[in-house]
Amino acid sequence: MNKERREFIRKTGLGVLAGICASSAFMPAFSLEETVLPAWDEKPVPGKIRWGMLIDTRKCLNECSECVAKCHFVHNVPDFGNRKDEVKWIWKSSYEHVFPTSTQQFRTSDVLQRSFLALCNHCAEAPCTRACPTEATFRRWDGIVSMDYHRCIGCRFCMAACPYGSRSFNWRDPREGIKLASVDYPTREQGVVEKCNFCSDRLVRGLIPACAESCPQKALTFGDLNDPKSDIRVLLESNNTMQRKPELGTKPSVFYII
Amino acid sequence: MIEKALKGNRNYWAWIASLLAVIAVGITAYNRQHWFGLTVTGMGRDVSWGFYIAQFTFLVGVAASAVMVVIPYYLHNRKEFSKTVIIGEFMAVAATLMCLLFILADMGRPDRVLNVLLYPSPHSMVFWDVMVLNGYFVINLVSGWTVLGAERRGVPPPSWVKPVIYLSIPWAVSIHTVTAFLYAGLPGRHLWLTAVLAPRFLASAFAAGTSLLILVTLVIKQCTGFDTGKEAREKLAVIVTYAGIVNFFMIGTEFFTAFYSHVPSHMHSLQYLFFGLEGHYTLVPFMWFSLLLGLGSLVVLLLPGRKSSPKWLAAACTGLVVSIWIDKGVGLILGGFVPSPLEEIVDYQPTLTEIGVTLGIWAIGLLVLTLLLKVAVSVKSQE
Repeated sequence: MNKERREFIRKTGLGVLAGICASSAFMPAFSLEETVLPAWDEKPVPGKIRWGMLIDTRKCLNECSECVAKCHFVHNVPDFGNRKDEVKWIWKSSYEHVFPTSTQQFRTSDVLQRSFLALCNHCAEAPCTRACPTEATFRRWDGIVSMDYHRCIGCRFCMAACPYGSRSFNWRDPREGIKLASVDYPTREQGVVEKCNFCSDRLVRGLIPACAESCPQKALTFGDLNDPKSDIRVLLESNNTMQRKPELGTKPSVFYII
Repeated sequence: MIEKALKGNRNYWAWIASLLAVIAVGITAYNRQHWFGLTVTGMGRDVSWGFYIAQFTFLVGVAASAVMVVIPYYLHNRKEFSKTVIIGEFMAVAATLMCLLFILADMGRPDRVLNVLLYPSPHSMVFWDVMVLNGYFVINLVSGWTVLGAERRGVPPPSWVKPVIYLSIPWAVSIHTVTAFLYAGLPGRHLWLTAVLAPRFLASAFAAGTSLLILVTLVIKQCTGFDTGKEAREKLAVIVTYAGIVNFFMIGTEFFTAFYSHVPSHMHSLQYLFFGLEGHYTLVPFMWFSLLLGLGSLVVLLLPGRKSSPKWLAAACTGLVVSIWIDKGVGLILGGFVPSPLEEIVDYQPTLTEIGVTLGIWAIGLLVLTLLLKVAVSVKSQE
């Protein structure tokens, strides 16, 4: 009796399991809502596009920080008013801080007084993505070095690996440091790393990065480095430009006209 | 076998109780950190690793030093190490456990730690470090416990345990090599970007870790009367001396390369640590104290006859442990972050919360070590 009952339960269980498996296989066909997968129709080709930015530092005004304010507002970057907890995606600094390995003697006073923008370089050979143990930071098909805030374990290896100091950690709950919240981009959680995402959230909506858009001087040019006809490539070919710490072989996608 | 850890005299229980009290302090401190975030530590955007990672680096060395008793006993059949080998293995177990806890304490999202296994990334050195550390923990616990269990029953250890013990030898080298590779492969951190880092880690491990092992055997002798043997201790002291000399030699080569080549970025971190940079001198007294204490301890060990005096031996070993703890833990980690990639100088100071968590983890390690050694000593002295 007992043995038969056990056998009965076993067979019924297997039957239910098989039923669930079979029906789940047919599920999309019976879905209540029609599933449209346009994202899968056009598969992105890795390496076809490489987004880049050119900063004409001659046009950049010292007293202006529109790009910083716009970026930090759009992306809900917190401000705690202290250096230790600081989170920043784009900021202004002096020449010897942004280009510490290319400080030749007797620079013009203009260059020494000018301020220079620093942001994530979206390196083609990014040391941060190599160091990340969970692939929470990774290089996308379009060259953007992106972050998965839900996978990041907060080990801060990427911060040690980045030779440009472009990464910030949420030492505390970032929502406490947001005065005016934006609805364009989600806030992050305490305990994860974040940085500039080259406005990948805006690119999908057909917008250029917030910093480039907000610049009153049009000093920032954003475009595809792999397209020889793009504005950025035309400017790169007609101007003498610099990358930050090129000797490290990281191949930054952000260029500067000095 | 574990029941042997439940029988002890008043001093034993007083020691256990005080460790539990420190652990309670650690848990309270960690609770605060977990709630408010890592902002309660001294770490910040510029110095993004601190005390926790420093302890971790030092303790990997302590764990690796078990190989200094395993090699002579199992490979060279030196019988004088028969009583020390289990202490080395159990010390490796406790040290590896502390390493793992320090990594956990340093993480922003420890609840996601299993992501390291869920998304294995062989290109990341952390992945390999997690693999080798957990492996080393299991290897030492299994081999130590099995051999001890066989000894209790008065039978020879099972044959499968020999290969596991042999495996622990290259594995010990691997844990410290991979730990050095965590740092040595990062562009733009000039203090760490040196091929000599892994060899230097091994040398300092065999100096400081073996010193700690000698100290533990002296403490056991003092507290329980169980003596692992003077001969073994003196042989270990010889290993400490050679490893210590190699370690300081390699620190010297770092100085030569940086200052003779005169490349500013190579000099900056060493200048910050030993001479002060742009008005920042926080670590200078610590680094010189470490250097002089380490060299002084080596001189004591080199003087004839000092090794055989337990007092001099204990003093020299304590000196080396403290010296290398400052140099390889605190100095190496903080020096890697100063100056920052934008060549700015930010000083770091651990907070009380951070020190509380650190003491708590050390107490957990000492508790595990005490329990394991209690079992080992009880079995060995056939109580």
